[in-house]
Amino acid sequence: MADNREFFYRRLHSLLGVIPVGLFLTQHLVVNHFATKGEEAFNRAAGVMEGLPFRYLLETFVIFLPLLFHAIYGLYIAFTAKNNIGRFGHFRNVMFFLQRVSGVITLVFIAWHVWETRIQAALGAEVDFQMMADVFSNPLMVGFYIVGVISTVFHFANGLWSFSVSWGLTISPRSQRIMTYVTMVVFVALSVVGVRAILAFV
Amino acid sequence: MSENKTVRFIITRQDTMNSAPYEEEFVLPYRPNMNVISALMEIQRNPVNAKGEKTTPVAWDSNCLEEVCGACSMVVNGKPRQACTALIDKLEQPVRLAPMSTFPVVRDLQIDRERMFDSMKRIKAWIPIDGTYELGPGPRMPERKRQWAYELSKCMTCGVCLEACPNVNSKSDFIGPAFISLVRLFNAHPTGSMNRDERLNALMGDGGLQDCGNSQNCVQACPKGIPLTTSIAAMNRAATVQSFRNFFGSDHQVD
Repeated sequence: MADNREFFYRRLHSLLGVIPVGLFLTQHLVVNHFATKGEEAFNRAAGVMEGLPFRYLLETFVIFLPLLFHAIYGLYIAFTAKNNIGRFGHFRNVMFFLQRVSGVITLVFIAWHVWETRIQAALGAEVDFQMMADVFSNPLMVGFYIVGVISTVFHFANGLWSFSVSWGLTISPRSQRIMTYVTMVVFVALSVVGVRAILAFV
Repeated sequence: MSENKTVRFIITRQDTMNSAPYEEEFVLPYRPNMNVISALMEIQRNPVNAKGEKTTPVAWDSNCLEEVCGACSMVVNGKPRQACTALIDKLEQPVRLAPMSTFPVVRDLQIDRERMFDSMKRIKAWIPIDGTYELGPGPRMPERKRQWAYELSKCMTCGVCLEACPNVNSKSDFIGPAFISLVRLFNAHPTGSMNRDERLNALMGDGGLQDCGNSQNCVQACPKGIPLTTSIAAMNRAATVQSFRNFFGSDHQVD
């Protein structure tokens, strides 16, 4: 293992992006979507998540540690690339570039989002419908959150595509093309779920 | 008419390995069917730049002149490719020539491709058949598999895929697409597969196939049309299996 450390880190980075971080993202967006059914439905759904047993354990090992590793190692990956979409403008190279751009945007967004919600909760604030409604009383924040959510969902969906190549699930050009369609459907579907939830608070 | 026709070249030059690059312009008389190499030969015969000043001839590397040796790779109008098959009639003017910046420049358009030969040694890009006694014939390769492997064997170590790859640069140790595909070639060979785990483990070392970011520029740029991204994905699968075998132990290191 000693001389395969980079291989291990890269594969771990790829895995953690999907399991658990990607799964948590999906679950989070679905819970948020309860906001479209009204304040009470959202508070009930959020309350269930808040009341899960072993909450700190779950938060640490399902969210924070995997997310931190994925974010920090991902930044390193993003900044070792020398992008060349000017010279090679085909689809996959553009996606390669967008994956790195969306990763950085997502990192900024999530850092802000965690500060605004989870850290405030730790400092004694009540996380509920009213909290988000207050955040979104500022139209700039609505824009920031929509950009952040779409960027996050894109990074996840396109990451699913590279995950399937990196682990050797899709090998042939045709299988990779079909995976492109599948992941773009995931991107559109989760974007709709995420943006609808944001607009429900406005 | 054709006597007055000219071709303009803007060439990125560099006098020594460590000196700063600069651009020099040349205007050559047009000849039918000329390519970048014949143009460079013309400059060599008469090294006078567009301002009419006498200058040093432009240095470049070339050998076979039929796109099988890989020596004359350079950046022609922004795209890495072989100069010998870059026909002037098919190029936009002025024709811009530059060395492939992924490699150390020796002089002008001449680059040092040593890193690729080191990579081939690292991944053991050969089939060991030497022994202290006659080993006899190896296992037969099915004909259809041979035809398939022939496509992978067209790699001429020209370096175009490394130049096209966003992850091959001075900030990264990535060996580049060609060598991932070469592991697939040698591991597909019936005798070569007897050492497949050694090649895979070499490929999984630092700077190995895990550094691929799937931009898929390589398969677009490869002058030989080698299915590089298919090879990368296939080697990813093999490396996944190999990593489990390494970690948990296995009775199937080579079969």
